[in-house]
This record gives sequence, structure tokens and C-alpha cells, in this order.
Amino acid sequence: MNMLRSLLRGLGLAAVLVVFLVAWIVLPWPALLGLAVLFALWLLLTRSGRQAASVTRVGVSTLGQRLGASSVVVVGIAGVVGVLVALLAMAEGYRQTVSGSGNAETAIVLRGGSSAELMSVLDRETVNVVERAPEVARDAEGRPLASPELLVSANLPRRDGGDEGSVTLRGVGPMAWAVRPAVQLVEGRRFEPGRRELVVGKGARRQFAGLEPGRSVRLGNETWTVVGVFASGDSTESEMWADAEIVSAVYRRGSSRASVVARLTSARAFNAFKATLAADPRLKVEASTTRDYYASQSATMTKVLRIIGIVVGSIMAIGAVFGALNTMFASVAARAREIATLRAIGFRGLPVVVAVMLETMLLAALGGLLGGLLAWLLFNGYTASTLAGGVSQLSFEFKVTGALLWQGLKWALAIGFIGGLFPALRAAPLPVTDALRAA
Amino acid sequence: MKYFHLIWAALFRRKTRTLLTLASILAAFLLFGLLDGVRTSFDELGRNADGAQRLQTSSRLSLVQMLPLALEPRIRQVANIEDVTYASWFGGAYQSPKNQIFSFAVAPNYLDLYPEIEFDPAQREAWQQTRTGILVGQGLMKRFDWKVGQKIPLQSTIFPNSDGSLNWSFDIVGVIRARDPRQSGLTDQLVLMHYKYFEESTPYINSEVAWYVSKVADVRRADAAAKAIDALSANSPHETRTMSEQAALAAQLKQVADIGMIVGSIMGAVFFTLLLLTGNTMAQAVRERTSELAVLKTIGFTSTSVLCMVLAESVLLVLLGGALGLGLAALLGPLVSAGSGGAINLPAIGWRSWLLGLGLMVGIGLLVGALPALRAMRLNIVDALAGR
Repeated sequence: MNMLRSLLRGLGLAAVLVVFLVAWIVLPWPALLGLAVLFALWLLLTRSGRQAASVTRVGVSTLGQRLGASSVVVVGIAGVVGVLVALLAMAEGYRQTVSGSGNAETAIVLRGGSSAELMSVLDRETVNVVERAPEVARDAEGRPLASPELLVSANLPRRDGGDEGSVTLRGVGPMAWAVRPAVQLVEGRRFEPGRRELVVGKGARRQFAGLEPGRSVRLGNETWTVVGVFASGDSTESEMWADAEIVSAVYRRGSSRASVVARLTSARAFNAFKATLAADPRLKVEASTTRDYYASQSATMTKVLRIIGIVVGSIMAIGAVFGALNTMFASVAARAREIATLRAIGFRGLPVVVAVMLETMLLAALGGLLGGLLAWLLFNGYTASTLAGGVSQLSFEFKVTGALLWQGLKWALAIGFIGGLFPALRAAPLPVTDALRAA
Repeated sequence: MKYFHLIWAALFRRKTRTLLTLASILAAFLLFGLLDGVRTSFDELGRNADGAQRLQTSSRLSLVQMLPLALEPRIRQVANIEDVTYASWFGGAYQSPKNQIFSFAVAPNYLDLYPEIEFDPAQREAWQQTRTGILVGQGLMKRFDWKVGQKIPLQSTIFPNSDGSLNWSFDIVGVIRARDPRQSGLTDQLVLMHYKYFEESTPYINSEVAWYVSKVADVRRADAAAKAIDALSANSPHETRTMSEQAALAAQLKQVADIGMIVGSIMGAVFFTLLLLTGNTMAQAVRERTSELAVLKTIGFTSTSVLCMVLAESVLLVLLGGALGLGLAALLGPLVSAGSGGAINLPAIGWRSWLLGLGLMVGIGLLVGALPALRAMRLNIVDALAGR
């Protein structure tokens, strides 16, 4: 009979836990805020709520006596949240940098069947036909806002360590600046057509040595001069731009190009643009908006980074749960007499349970905020770089967003809930006389 | 050792507390095992006995630049070079550009320089005779359910065929696998085709290859051979860079991420919180047992032996949890890899990780137990027995 009762009790407990966790993960923050408000009202208005509030107040005021144990909970949870937020910030920064490089009004045309720009090859005739499509916007002089571009990958010595890394050199036409309004010149000037001059992105300058305006670099066995620096806030910043004709002459690509980036008359014109290209039997091309193209390029890596972050965070969270359980069990055992006294003077079981859990969740919230703050201080804006598309270095910044901090806080509160539930339930039904006798 | 029973009893006096602490330590070392396995597998990529004899020559100027085929006889003539082969990417995909396949167009003697690839000699003969023949890694054969003798179409994402389309047709004539199953990774997913068929069919490639692989006769003088190979192309439009295969792989990997630093920082955070947690447990444990330690000292245990016993207790605690954690990681790795059908490849934990883990466990145990042990050592018997 007893076994059955404890088994049922255990199952009931597990069910409560599962329900809580599912609700916690699934509900959006307004719903959670609503629940929190309801809980606060319960604390203030009902009798058992007020009892719980006063026990919590007593418990919190004596936290100073249990500083060592409490700091274990706080620091443990801070560690989990810090690592989780840092790893997710890496994924978020990468995603924002790459997928932010596009918008819905600009289309990129590649050869059919190419999985990336670097592998696509378009001949001169195809480029001409694409440029003359009616959906491509025109500038004031009636020229199509389309830029046929050539991509090559060049090796340059890196700023750190001196080992060589590869960077994308993009040969662009005169329309490139008009097609990409996000790209702004921040230093120096644009390159002059017909000369071996480079304009480098801020990200490329940060990663590689010697890319300062006025300096020369050797690329493809020729000497080039860096004449300017541009910024764009996305993955284009990790590239170097030069005149397409010169790049194609140096790297012997003839008249072929890798892609055509075109500004369309409007975002809605994209479907018509695609249809125009598909209808032409001479063309074997694929068009997509730059937004879709860059989003798909970053999708896999972002997913991998997020999964790594969540797996590492989960394992650390399990460790933190056990740590919190340990601490709270000890704390409840140390206050056995105090709890028994409370029960003797009339406090019911529920307020005691709620009070212990509130105390744990308070410590957990503190830990979550501390971890988030550390991650933000140390990692927000931290620049990292990786090999993108298998061929060139992409530099990006870690981005600790509000959404990530909220996610970290949620994890902290969940750990606090689980870590406080079992000790609280152990505390409540302690027989008063036994507890009062305990030393 | 004769006091082991005492230490063990002291450890499990408060079962719940010890078990929970063990669980935390287990989680920390589980993470360590998994992450360190990943780190060492990246470190050891390409570091095998056969790889040590191979040099990789590629273009110094750009990752995607080709080298002339005419270099091959000249490399062969360099002192200390025993054999030369070449290869080029094909950029293959099967049925959709998303199913990317590691496919290379290689010279007929490619397999001679890779003794760690196992094949059936009859199948290799068939490959030599068949222009459109390919040798396929056994992982790929299983994944797409291919059979030897089957004709399969592969798309190249980079090179068009002579008819202008990206579709290429190949005959599977044989299967290749890695001789050492622990190093199977790449070999099982490989497709090797003939360079001649590739070069003749695509208009983009004219007597050019992507990289050369050469075998040195004397490994100790490999550096000189590498420099000599690079000297062949100095000041030409196709300058080369020759490094040992392992160095080439490491350089490529470094470009992806500094894995060592990432793993190190995560583990640093994890171990810091672990130190705090275990330290708290040990401090509590010793504080509760002051009168017992005093009794021990009264009956004749020296202060030093009390110190050692407390230290031994904390080291034992961390060792238990850590060994369980590493063991779990060792089990989990192959399980996850097998369960996901090779999609996620978690490496098994090598002896180096175990050694590092054990060292860390002992170190953490000592650090954590230091303060409580010193306190126990300096216990004043009279005060402790009086409960002050």
C-alpha cells in the first residue's frame, strides 16, 4: 500500500514537472507574464499566499547566513547561462551577417545547378540577355541596374599568426555600387576602371595583413594597390572589390562572369523576372532574391552552431540542476527546526513549499542575469571568422540579443524550478516533533 | 590503502548529497569527454604513418587555381621523390545539388600513394580498363544502395560535360574502404574517377590539375624535397606551395575555427563551476565531522594523516564521478554515431583524452580538498571535542 502511494506520488510529481517544462518552453512571453501577474496576486491577496510571502521574506533575509551555499547555486547557473548565451550569440551573429546581406528587391542570377556563386559560370551572351530583362530597374540614364560579377579566391597572409588564409576577390562592373546601396565607402576612394586597384571591406582589412589604403599587395602574381575601404554590415565586408575586366585578365577568365546581381523594379517583380529568364531557351540560369540566396548559404552552419550551443548548454544545465538540488537539500535540512516551528505555529505545508521554491528561483534568476551580463560584456561584438562556403574567410561578430538573454533567463528559471521542487517537497511533510528535536 | 574503508564510509555518510555531487561531476566530465574527443580527432586528422610520407602541392595564389599537368614529370625528377600523383575536384552531387559527394578526378596511380585505402585488385584492374569507371567508398554504396556494375548519373556543380549539361554518367566498377576502421571518415564517402575522362569531356579544364601528391622516400628530408618542388614553379604564373599532408589539413582546419580555443573556454567555464560545487560539498562534509576528526587525532592519527585522508576523500569523489562521466561519453559517442547512420560522427575517446581527464580529476580533487584538509589538519583537539 505504501509502495503504491509513493509510486503514485512519484508519478504525480513527474507529471507536474513535465507539464511545467512543456508550458515553459512553449508559451510566449506575454502568457508567461500573465501567469506571473496571477501568481503575484495570489501572493498578495489569499491567506495561504500571504503566508507563503512572509516565509519567503524570512528565508531571503537569512540568505546572508548561507552565503556559501547560495553562491554555489548562483555561480553554477550563471556558468550555464553564460556558456549557452555565448554559443547561441555566435550562431546568431553568423546568421545575421550572412543572411543580412540580401533583400527582396535584389536578385542574383547564377548558372543552373550551381550551389554557390563561386561555382557558377555565365558566358557573355547570357549576361547580356539577363541585363536586358524588362524587370530589371534602370537608372536615370536608362542603363540597367545590373552588375555582372566575377569571383576568385586569393591567398593572403593573415593578421594573426601570419599563416595564409583565403579571401574573396570580387571583380565588379560600374553598376555594383548602385545595385548594393548598403555598401558605403568609409576611407579612400573607389577603384578606377582599367587599373589594378582594390577596394577592401572592413572585415577583410581586419583579418588580413597589409590591406591599408595606399599599400600594395600581391595577388595572382601581380601587384595591386589598395585605394579604399568600404563597410556594409554584412558578409560583403569580408570581400575585396576590383574592376571585373582586370580581374578576368589577371586570372584568365576571358569574358565569362560568375553571377549577375540585379536590382529589380520592385520586390513584386521577382516572379515575373524569374519567368522571363525561364522562358528564354538560350539561358540555363537560376534566379533567386539575394535574401533567399544568402539565407540558404547560412542555413546549415547556423543550424550546426545552434545545435552545438543547445547540446553543450543542456549537459551543463543537468549538472547545474544537480548542484542546485544538492544545495537546496542541504539548506532545507539546516533549517528543519525553523520550518518545524513555522508548522507548529500554524503555517500550512503549501506556503512552505512555495517559499522554498521561490527562494531557489530567486537565486536562479540572479544567476541567469549574472550569466547573461557576463556573456554580454565579454562576447557582444567579439569578432570571429570562419571559412564560409568552403573557400573564403567570413568575419562576423557575436551578437548577444535581447531574445537570447531572455532565453538564458528562461533556462535559469527552469533549472531553479526543478532544483527547488524536490527539496521543497521534502521540507513540507516533515513531522513537526521530529524536526523540532533535530539538532 | 588500509584506511580506504574509512574514507569510503566517510564519503557515503550522507548518500543523497554525495550522489548529487557525483551526478554533477559526471555531467561535467561527460561534456569534457565529448568535447575533447572532437578536439583530438581534429588534431589527429591526417596524422597517420602513411600520411607522414606524403606531400601536398597546390597553388600558392588561390584555393581554386589549377596547376599545369606538365609539372608532373618535373616533380618526379626531384630528389627524394618516389612517386607522384595528381587529382582535381569534380564537385559532384547525386540527384540534387544538396546531396554533395566528395568526388575527385585522379591519376591512374592514385591508389598507389594511399596504401590505407583497401580495394579488390580485380576491381582496380577493371577501373584501369574502364574510361568512365569509378571506385566508390563503401559508406556511399550503402547510403544510396548502389551495386557494382550499376551505371549512375552524377551532376557536377562546377564543370559541364562536353554536351553542355552538368550531367555526367559513370559506371561503378569497384568499392573502396579504409583499411583501419577508426580512420574511415573520408574514404568511405569517396568517389574516384579517371582524370582523363574528366579532362577530355569538360571544356573548362585543359591539362590542368588541382593538386599533386608526392611520396618521399626519406621522411626526414621531406622539407628539402618540398622546397625543391616549390622551386620548380618559382616566378611562374602558377607558383606552388608544398607542405606535408598533415600540415595542409591543419592549415585548412585552422581557417574554419580555432577548435582548441573554443573547447578550452567552454571546459574552463564548466570546471570553474564544478570546482565551486565540489568545494562546497567538501567544506560541508568536513565541517560536519569536526568532532570525529578530533577523535581520530586523539587516538593517535597525526595531523598529516588527517590531511591526507581528507584529500584522499575529495580525490576519490572526483575520480568516481569523472570516471563514470568519461565512461558514459565513451559509450555515447559510438552509439550516437551509429544511431544517426553516420550523419553525426562523434569520435571515440582516445587514450590521450582519458589521460588528460584523469589528470584533471586528480588536480580538481586536490584543489577542492585543499582548504577543508588544511582546516582538518589544524584542528585543535580540545576545541573540536567541545564543539567550539
